Amino acid sequence: MLHYFENEARTARPSASTAWIENVSRRGVLGGMLSGAGLVLAMHTSPANALEPLKPYPTGADGMPHKTVADPNVFIAIDPDGTLTIVTHRAEMGTGIRTSLPMVIADEMGADWARVKLVQAPGDEPKYGNQDTDGSRSMRHFIQPMRQCGAAMRHMLEAAAATTWGVDAKLCRAGGHKVVLLDKAGKETGKSLGFGELALAAMKQPVPAQDKLLYKTPSEFTLIGKGTTPIVDLHDITTGKAQYGSDVRLPGMKYAVMARPAVLGGKVKKFDSAKALKIPGVESVHEIEGVFKNPRGFGILGGIAVVATSTYAAMRGRDALEIEWEDGPNASYESVAYDKEMTETASKPGKVIRNQGDPDAAFANAKQVFSADYHAQHLVPAALEPLVSVARIADGKLDVWAPIQSPYGARKDLAEALKMPIENVTVNVTLLGGGFGRKSKWDFMVEAALVSQKIGGAPVMLQWTREDDMRHCFYHTVSVERIEAAIDDKGKVTGWRHRTVAPSIISTFKEDDGYSFPIEYGMGFVNTPFEIPNVRCENGKAMAHTRIGWYRSVSTIPHTFAVQSAVTEIADQLGRDPKDFLLELIGSDRKLDPKALGFPEDFWNYGDPYEAFPIDTARLKHVIRLAAEKAGWGKKLPARQGLGIAAHCAWSSYVATVVHVSIDEDGTFRVPEVTTAIDCGLYVNPERIRSQLEGAAVMGMSNTVYSGITFKGGAVEQSNFTDFAIARMSNYPKKVNVHIVDAPNGTHSGGVGEPAVAPFSAALCNAVYAASKKRFRSMPTGDTVA
Amino acid sequence: MPTITVNGTAKEFNGDADMPLLWFLRDDLNLTGTKYGCGAGVCGACTVHIDGVAVRSCQTSAASAAGKAVTTIEGLSADGEHPVQKAWRQLSVPQCGYCQAGQIMQASALLSKNRAPTDEQIVEEMAGNLCRCGCYQRIHEAVRLAAGGV
Repeated sequence: MLHYFENEARTARPSASTAWIENVSRRGVLGGMLSGAGLVLAMHTSPANALEPLKPYPTGADGMPHKTVADPNVFIAIDPDGTLTIVTHRAEMGTGIRTSLPMVIADEMGADWARVKLVQAPGDEPKYGNQDTDGSRSMRHFIQPMRQCGAAMRHMLEAAAATTWGVDAKLCRAGGHKVVLLDKAGKETGKSLGFGELALAAMKQPVPAQDKLLYKTPSEFTLIGKGTTPIVDLHDITTGKAQYGSDVRLPGMKYAVMARPAVLGGKVKKFDSAKALKIPGVESVHEIEGVFKNPRGFGILGGIAVVATSTYAAMRGRDALEIEWEDGPNASYESVAYDKEMTETASKPGKVIRNQGDPDAAFANAKQVFSADYHAQHLVPAALEPLVSVARIADGKLDVWAPIQSPYGARKDLAEALKMPIENVTVNVTLLGGGFGRKSKWDFMVEAALVSQKIGGAPVMLQWTREDDMRHCFYHTVSVERIEAAIDDKGKVTGWRHRTVAPSIISTFKEDDGYSFPIEYGMGFVNTPFEIPNVRCENGKAMAHTRIGWYRSVSTIPHTFAVQSAVTEIADQLGRDPKDFLLELIGSDRKLDPKALGFPEDFWNYGDPYEAFPIDTARLKHVIRLAAEKAGWGKKLPARQGLGIAAHCAWSSYVATVVHVSIDEDGTFRVPEVTTAIDCGLYVNPERIRSQLEGAAVMGMSNTVYSGITFKGGAVEQSNFTDFAIARMSNYPKKVNVHIVDAPNGTHSGGVGEPAVAPFSAALCNAVYAASKKRFRSMPTGDTVA
Repeated sequence: MPTITVNGTAKEFNGDADMPLLWFLRDDLNLTGTKYGCGAGVCGACTVHIDGVAVRSCQTSAASAAGKAVTTIEGLSADGEHPVQKAWRQLSVPQCGYCQAGQIMQASALLSKNRAPTDEQIVEEMAGNLCRCGCYQRIHEAVRLAAGGV
């Protein structure tokens, strides 16, 4: 029953040398090079508790605003009573990062987790480093700086103990929230000082440089990789004490809601607030000017705000507003027509983004050709917590509270919107009731600040209703993907053509030219890891008529849906096993050479430098084999049941998913089981990785089967969970089995939050086909093959 | 003045006759554990007990709760040790946690009327409570665990 906490025996990659052997060999090198110092080190560190220097590797953090900070004095404080305070600077939206990053510090320090207290950092990137909690990069970018903080503080504690005892620091070893004194033979003397006793002296120690630090080896970890640490907010969540955005309470706080234009770029022509002002509790009504520049950035939509003494009164007041809107040119946006337009575009050559070999010749000489279009609708993140923000202005200073993924970007824009110096703006980060990308955009916080300004700076909570959340979102893109394959007379794929057509996120940030940008191309479009000699990836033009934004898994959703559906379709066409065929397409074990494969010059590798995070086909093939084996791929299933598989490399991790589908007599299909394998390199909290992957299957099920946003007359047609359906207890994937690969020591940490969502779609559609011969190429599919 | 017993304490209600109980709890009593998710009775985040029965507080007027006993997540147990809360922690159910108060209130109401629900009954009872993070597998197991005694 309690398997979530069990530290199950994980699957080591067969080719991997074990962590222990690698450590020993590194120590050998160290000992040989530094005979004197190495000897002392060796004396008190047996292989079982060895420390080692770490060679830092570059990550995408270097390309992010304010990069990383690795100063222990910024993140760590120790009280004389031994309480260890760790600052957590990334936003908590359900991934467990608020627990996992501090765990890294505590483990490297040798601290007792039970004595750790967390403080959530406000938006302050110059101090803490980048705080954009998105892109599955919190652990990917911050495991090194957090280890460095922890290791430095451990050295500082040991140095403080050495000074106190008047001994060499090498005889002082931190662990279990204390520093113990060793004798010359490396045995414990029984003498020790607690972290609390050493706190003041340790904090005065100079911070050692990175290259002077020794780090724990995996065998030394007490928290990292164990999966035994529950999230820090668990008790508060189960007792209703956890504080989300809408739980902020300030003395004299007002409540507000806003009416916004249904069509992007719409404006208030005229409005009458007389009826609204008669509603008991309604205090005032204000027009809030929208941002109409191009590009819009996260500029607010504008509209009419109603301020009241309760949320309910504000909602009623808004219902009573009489507003005449001017829609503007986006009122022509119609989803049905737009899909036809995109399909037409996908049928013609587009802008070439990647070319390798001679695809035209491959298709001209093909024995047979496969061609299919895959469609996906817009999606809305629809976190259970609708957008909400509290703002207050006093003495020329603005304080804002919000469930925000990017508190520093918000702070900068708030300062600009209110024409205040940034140091007068404070952004406090509450827990996020889900984020999924929408809460990276801070328009809702600017609205709250502007409403507070309208009422003389009084504290106000601006609450978005569920309908607001669905109708005024930044939407996951809508798309048509065409996949074509040229197959020779031996059944080998000799040519591959992928055309993507989707309005781009970049339309939010620069003048829309209808084309995607490197970040979208890098998400499973140009970097499809197949050993096919002739490949062309083309992008067709699609202008945006609504705000396009990040959604958990972003462009890997349409790309991986198309590519991985096509693989099984081609396998079926050739009478091949889909898993074997997928492995064959991936081909030999190798690290992809972007140049030789014709990847674009500005190829985006999830922001990470390619040399440090290359696409490794051996790792991808391993997760495919692992998921297939654990799911019993090839086993005989009853009639109307089937397995489907899909895999990809994304966010510098490798994921494969096998979905098991069972079809009822009436044609309704269900998912009794999902098996997902992930290789995310060095991992910190396997228990939370499991929960992320369980959730990814559920979100995958919603994306594929139930959810879709459509536009009519430029306005979103859906409004609530009634018409934007998501998976629920009665129809979610019943059992998700997660397998985490124990990558060789030294494998860099990859992302976890996003990579597992996208493969689900193709795996499910492939399974439905296996069970019924019904092929879905359009999401949402609905839940029946009838 | 009508009174509503909230977590064992009598509270006066003199607001708008149509005001949903949700907003009375959150905005007037500052009992913020009960969450707003949809305002339409389709997500379950606002679930509370009225006289022991799970209801959607966004679809129940505060006025209609006059003379009745309302229990919110804050009042489910004095110390957070209700078997459902314990089971939730033991299986580390929550991700973002926003829907979990509603899930816990729904599950505890189920177990108070049916101490040994079947899997089908758990699904039926819990199907109205949405979780966007996708914690359903653990929610289901936690209800089973709580039913068995924690």
